[in-house]
Amino acid sequence: MRRTGADSAPLSGGDRGFYAALGLLGGVYVFLVAAMLVADMAYTTPGHLLASLKSPEIRYAMRLSLLSCTLTTLLSLWVAVPLGYLLARRNFPGKQLVDLMVDIPIVLPPLVVGLSLLILFQTAPGRALGELFPVTYAIPSVILAQFMVACAFAVRTMRTTFDQMNPRAEQVALTLGCDRAQAFWRVAFPAARRGMLAAATLAWARSLGEFGPILIFSGATRFKTEVLSTTVFLELSVGNLEAAVAVSLLMVITAVVALVVLRRWAHETALGHPRST
Amino acid sequence: MIAVEQLRVSVGTFELCDVGFSLPAGSYGVLMGRTGSGKTTLLEAICGLRRVSGGRVLLGGRDVTDWPPSRRNIGFVPQDAALFAHLKVREQLAFALEVRGWETKAMRDRVEEVAEWLGITGLLGREVTGLSGGEAQRVALGRALAFRPEVLCLDEPLSALDQDTRESMCELLESVQARTGVTVLHITHNRAEAERLADWVLTMKEGRLETRGGA
Repeated sequence: MRRTGADSAPLSGGDRGFYAALGLLGGVYVFLVAAMLVADMAYTTPGHLLASLKSPEIRYAMRLSLLSCTLTTLLSLWVAVPLGYLLARRNFPGKQLVDLMVDIPIVLPPLVVGLSLLILFQTAPGRALGELFPVTYAIPSVILAQFMVACAFAVRTMRTTFDQMNPRAEQVALTLGCDRAQAFWRVAFPAARRGMLAAATLAWARSLGEFGPILIFSGATRFKTEVLSTTVFLELSVGNLEAAVAVSLLMVITAVVALVVLRRWAHETALGHPRST
Repeated sequence: MIAVEQLRVSVGTFELCDVGFSLPAGSYGVLMGRTGSGKTTLLEAICGLRRVSGGRVLLGGRDVTDWPPSRRNIGFVPQDAALFAHLKVREQLAFALEVRGWETKAMRDRVEEVAEWLGITGLLGREVTGLSGGEAQRVALGRALAFRPEVLCLDEPLSALDQDTRESMCELLESVQARTGVTVLHITHNRAEAERLADWVLTMKEGRLETRGGA
């Protein structure tokens, strides 16, 4: 049977009070989230939503958002799984520095990440790369801006995942004939799938909401580097509050649909259900 | 044969000092001692899972001190069984054979043979979730035995089992050793278990081997 951690023991009066207090404290936050969404919905109309969906600019922004978030998620996992494993399992010179560097994109204001990327691509090596492969103010800059922040969260998630996994199973694999790489691929990697799902979800959601670095590093050019978060800003800046709210709701719907699809896919492929001992 | 000569292993502030013993091929050695005396560290050093700072480990007369765990041909059963969460019981037993590139039929035959010895044929199609403690230990034992190791290292495999299951596991370990002739090194806290199984009893205290002798 799958263990959920949910407590099904009968409750005494004191227990009920305890859970009620927990519910009250957490409920305030959940209520605020729900209230925000209801307010958004009350502000807009199905007509505004439909108009947004029909607008070619917004459709382009939505396509670019979905594409860039998915690519960013894949790239983030590509980096986060090996780096998370390395940080969790090995001691090496400069490990603390690497650990610190990974946290920098999390603590920096997003605008600063965008500004730093812009400056990086103004340096001689950055400009040389830009001549070969245009980045700044082009679609790759959107992905890079999202990646710089989302990847940090994915690395943190994967590091925690591997930290919490008992290395004993990998050690047994070594005695059974595996080298370190085989022990990783055959034992640690499959056991980390729940963590990978969490890291992917976090990276995807974070990328969808990314705005500051994209505005600075990619600009806000319609039919070029405009993603949904930029659309909200552009509509707001011309005073079109209805459209801004409609696009905000579209983002909520897109995020919910994408996360539900991801979780369902994970459920069907047993990705989210590790068979634990 | 397992032989350890003047072995030194450092783990933080703890140190195994000049540990030496020799278990003849096909014998059953039991390693006893208090928690923190260094039993598991010694077992891990023999398996190649701990860096050795001095001395030698010899298996079957070969010096394996610098060999990786994969080359030592040791079946290792840790205390918590450490089954691979994503594999079914059959896949656990086939794991070492698959890594060694066995053919499918030979692998299937060997898995069924080992499962039959251990009385886990009925579990082969099961996920490891929901296995009882005794079943999990049998599966871990089968996984360690499937590739015909020369040496079997058991780290308190019976400590979490109830009295009846412990009894049946003791019988199983005796029959496995009689059948395979594998040299066993078994850590336990349980004196009755040691007296029943051991040809040789080794006792550790604060990182040193204190006594050794026939049972």
